[in-house]
Amino acid sequence: MVIRTEGLTFNFGDQTVVKSLSLQVPEGAIYGFLGPNGAGKTTTIKLLMNLLKTQHGSIHIFEKELQSNRINILSQIGSLIEQPAIYLHLTGKENLLNRALLLEIPAKRVDEMLDLVHLKDAANKKAGQYSLGMKQRLGIGLALLSDPKLLILDEPTNGLDPNGIIEVRELLIKLVTKYQKTVFVSSHLLAEIERMATHVGIINHGELLFQGSIEELQALSQPLVQIEAENTVDAANFLKKNKVDVADVNEHQLFVPYTDKKQMGEINALLNQNGFTVYSIGKQQKDLEKLFLAITQNA
Amino acid sequence: MKGFILSFRSEFYKTRKTMAFWSSVLLPLLLCLLLFIGFYSKSDQISKEPGVMLWLQFSGAILGIMGTLILPMLIVFVAYSVNNIEHKADTWKTLFSLPISKLSVYGAKYFYAFFLIFVCLALFVLFTLGFGNLLSVVKPSLRFSEYHIEGVLTRVYFKLFLASLGILSIQFLLSLLFRDFLKPMGIGFICTISGDILAGNGWKYAYLFPYSHPFLAIQSLEQGKNAKPGPGGMPEIAVDFFTKDIGVSLAIALLVFVAGYFIVLKKSVK
Repeated sequence: MVIRTEGLTFNFGDQTVVKSLSLQVPEGAIYGFLGPNGAGKTTTIKLLMNLLKTQHGSIHIFEKELQSNRINILSQIGSLIEQPAIYLHLTGKENLLNRALLLEIPAKRVDEMLDLVHLKDAANKKAGQYSLGMKQRLGIGLALLSDPKLLILDEPTNGLDPNGIIEVRELLIKLVTKYQKTVFVSSHLLAEIERMATHVGIINHGELLFQGSIEELQALSQPLVQIEAENTVDAANFLKKNKVDVADVNEHQLFVPYTDKKQMGEINALLNQNGFTVYSIGKQQKDLEKLFLAITQNA
Repeated sequence: MKGFILSFRSEFYKTRKTMAFWSSVLLPLLLCLLLFIGFYSKSDQISKEPGVMLWLQFSGAILGIMGTLILPMLIVFVAYSVNNIEHKADTWKTLFSLPISKLSVYGAKYFYAFFLIFVCLALFVLFTLGFGNLLSVVKPSLRFSEYHIEGVLTRVYFKLFLASLGILSIQFLLSLLFRDFLKPMGIGFICTISGDILAGNGWKYAYLFPYSHPFLAIQSLEQGKNAKPGPGGMPEIAVDFFTKDIGVSLAIALLVFVAGYFIVLKKSVK
């Protein structure tokens, strides 16, 4: 595991912002850390970067305890936390050169980064004149400067236009597949994470509600047979008596786990033959967006 | 140690194009230049003065307000600028997630502020001497070359530097903690005025109040000047570094540095 936390808890005053978090980020993963705004994502990331002091629980990065191996661990992490931290009175290139100086990295690498994040033409422009997207790209360039093994990015596509979002996504996928990096990326947009993540953790109100591979997340979203009928409650009770599982019932519809088309026909026949008029019947797949909402709202 | 040097170099790199750095260079340059122009234009009236008086007037014009106003305000500004550069860019989180110890990052910033004040005071010495000698070249009637003030002036300014460390450390911590300019500026201004009043009225515990120290440093100089007419008619100006106020200034600087470090360790980085 590249990142492993156990029982990580953090309080701001008497408010618990992160509750007993146990993250497991395997090597070579793009780990999507998903949650609505204010769920505790940034706090978690600051704990991982040792910007906030761990109050309860433990953090291991590269299988080493964070507090006692701080400098060694931080030297292998590149990070972008909230809006990029950029000196606006310096040019884009000077921002990179300053960081290169601090990290003892040859200046040659600065040009490579400018190239990578497409800022070569704006290299000598003051960062204060950069657009939001350019600042974000410079922030990513700064994070990648030391060629870190682990990248921790907090909402890296915030404020980017669709092209920019696609570029960042492709860059991250390339970093993992071609250069064997591990990426921990937070977002409040599921669609964003779904397109690139190999692993997902969903957090809300400081609690980890789901953690696993993207396939495991998709598997949670089982297809259902959606039946619109005359009297849904009676129909549901009738189906149960006839040994058919009912997943959910409301005033207008009832839901049965889907197995195949034949099963759908049988249910239809069964209801109609026993005096329950079926208005409509069909297969319904819950998409991840709804699943995400369901997971975060039920908590 | 390497982390400290890297951070210190980075501090210079970041500020080299800002007022934080240039104020330390421009302030002595402009003040000494103004003084040069002033002396040049009234050279006829003062041409009869002996060299020693010329030097005392020339350097005293700045030193007179240095202790009460210029130095404390410069300290407030420098302490604010070196911290504000991180507040403004939201870069504290980056600084403290560098693979460099927090002590090095914090210490480098702290000493960079010291360094800027040191540079500024050193340039005051240099420009005072430079412009004084320049005056005697362009106006040979002014007999600046009669007397050599280099040694005394250097010691006076060095004492001022030592006297400023207490204030600097307090202002540094205030600027580190508060994002806005008004709090450290307001506190610094009120304390400077209070310090001047306390020291000016000869309150016997003024040496315990850091904002009185630059004033006290200048004051002791004037007392010394009057007390000792030296050999050969030249007044001998004694500069005593080992005074109570300097001791307090250094103690406060050390104490606040250590306290500040623990505050930085405990403080959550925004």
